[in-house]
Amino acid sequence: MKVSGKALKFGDNIDTDVILPGKYLVLTDPKELAKHAMEGLDKYFLKKAEKGVIIVAGENFGCGSSREHAPIALKNAGVNAIIAKSSARIFYRNAVNIGLPVLECKEAVEKIEENDEVLINLSVGEIIDKTKNLTFKFTPLPQFLLEILTQGGLIKKLKKSL
Amino acid sequence: MNLTEKILAKASNLKEVHAGEIVNAKIDYAMVHDLTAPLTIEAFKEIGVKKVWNPNKIIVIFDHCIPASSIEAAELHKRIRSFIKTQGIKNFFDAGRGGICHQVMVEKGFVKPGGVIVGADSHTCTYGALGTFATGVGSTDMAYVFATGELWFRVPKTIKIHASGKLPKFVSAKDLILYIIGKLGAGGANYMALEFTGSTIRNMSIDGRLTICNMVVEAGAKSGIVPADEKTLNYIKLRTKEKFSIQESDKDAVYEKVLEVNSENLQSMVACPNSVDNVKPVNQVSGVKINQVFIGSCTNGRIEDLRIAAQILKNRKVNNEVRLIVIPASQEVYLQSLKEGLLEIFVKAGAVIGNPNCGPCLGGHMGLLASEEVCVTTSNRNFIGRMGNPSAKIYLVSPATAAASAVYGEIVDPRVLEEE
Repeated sequence: MKVSGKALKFGDNIDTDVILPGKYLVLTDPKELAKHAMEGLDKYFLKKAEKGVIIVAGENFGCGSSREHAPIALKNAGVNAIIAKSSARIFYRNAVNIGLPVLECKEAVEKIEENDEVLINLSVGEIIDKTKNLTFKFTPLPQFLLEILTQGGLIKKLKKSL
Repeated sequence: MNLTEKILAKASNLKEVHAGEIVNAKIDYAMVHDLTAPLTIEAFKEIGVKKVWNPNKIIVIFDHCIPASSIEAAELHKRIRSFIKTQGIKNFFDAGRGGICHQVMVEKGFVKPGGVIVGADSHTCTYGALGTFATGVGSTDMAYVFATGELWFRVPKTIKIHASGKLPKFVSAKDLILYIIGKLGAGGANYMALEFTGSTIRNMSIDGRLTICNMVVEAGAKSGIVPADEKTLNYIKLRTKEKFSIQESDKDAVYEKVLEVNSENLQSMVACPNSVDNVKPVNQVSGVKINQVFIGSCTNGRIEDLRIAAQILKNRKVNNEVRLIVIPASQEVYLQSLKEGLLEIFVKAGAVIGNPNCGPCLGGHMGLLASEEVCVTTSNRNFIGRMGNPSAKIYLVSPATAAASAVYGEIVDPRVLEEE
């Protein structure tokens, strides 16, 4: 499974309140949620993300709330994957469950710059910065997480097994 | 095996499990609230299973936006009520019936030692205070539980926190957990469990233990746990007749590391903007002018917290420049505060009393902050924009520090009251 997009860079401890503020949790339409993604941090996020991007962030991405609204907003805004130095547990599960890959690779985060063209090969554990012609290795996701992603999320996977 | 490993082994029907392994565990109870239930219901409907695995094991509690604060919230509530009826879910706590989900879960006896509980809210880790494995999950995970009664978990590594000694006057469970988060860092316990031991924890009330376990997620932890003891049993006996078995860590249990805390030297602590691990002793930031104080939330809205606040606010007035909002965590806490005369003390001091709900903590319902305003709160997060305008500043403190600061109109170490 491969995903690609332009890099959008963020710092450490990007929390779920910044990704999607609490006042929007009364919304459930993914398109409406997407309009408010990263609102507190970058007013132009939606414009930047709409053509498909890879978020490249520091430590503890997605810390805080269990709100699945946060990864749903990112995915529907155009985020194809997240590469972080580390990610928070609940956010990680939620993102993978809805088919949004989250990878951890410190070296890639340090070298990739804003707007670089990035290609991720999830199955082999490889990130390619096409702009800089650099390749980074990461520990591939466990097989059953990969299956969740390739089948389009946990619900689709469960449906097939029933 | 340590306590968390033992609980997960039992729930997965395995003899032994160890940190790093992935297990499929049976769920005792699953909880959703008014903001996470709608996405759960949508995901559940998408699965195509007609009935939930067990309607008696699902608990629905309205607490984030009650009474409904907008048309959107009212519509969410309506959708959830309809689902509950269709599915025959009896454990439903609407506005005026329960209160904050995590408080209601322990009060109503759903939490027992040795169990596995998931909640679609990150502070589900609170229940570890009663010796259970409890963790927050998202709505898709929850829909999976609704359909199957099971969920996969990676068995976490465990950090043991050994706190010994008596806490000084005005220093409470909140100060201890803020201190620990300051030491571990916001991601310092990511994916791990925290097991709390030592004389400080043994001597601590259940209310205090709930406060401590509530905040472990702010260090990234999956769960926090306090081994069940006599106090736990006395608390539970009043609330459930269900059977349970108490487990404890083996003598040779493996821990990732041990953090020793000497509680006797601890001071009142504060988490400064905009990160929960930006922790300092209160006296290092005393003098910061404030606009609002909030005493409540799933961290510190319990009866013990309100008693401490009332003790400080009795015969005193909230500073003219400050709004004080006090919200009991549940109907039970509300009633008890009423009986003890605490609410009268708050009203006379000039506070707003809210109905049991999450209040300003999530920044979506009431008590929001304007630009540049400063709030001192007993809740659990000070992220940018958490309580309203992104330029507002949030300081996390104990109930004693919050009450004393409300009186002074600036952040103060509650010890100043001794000097009055």
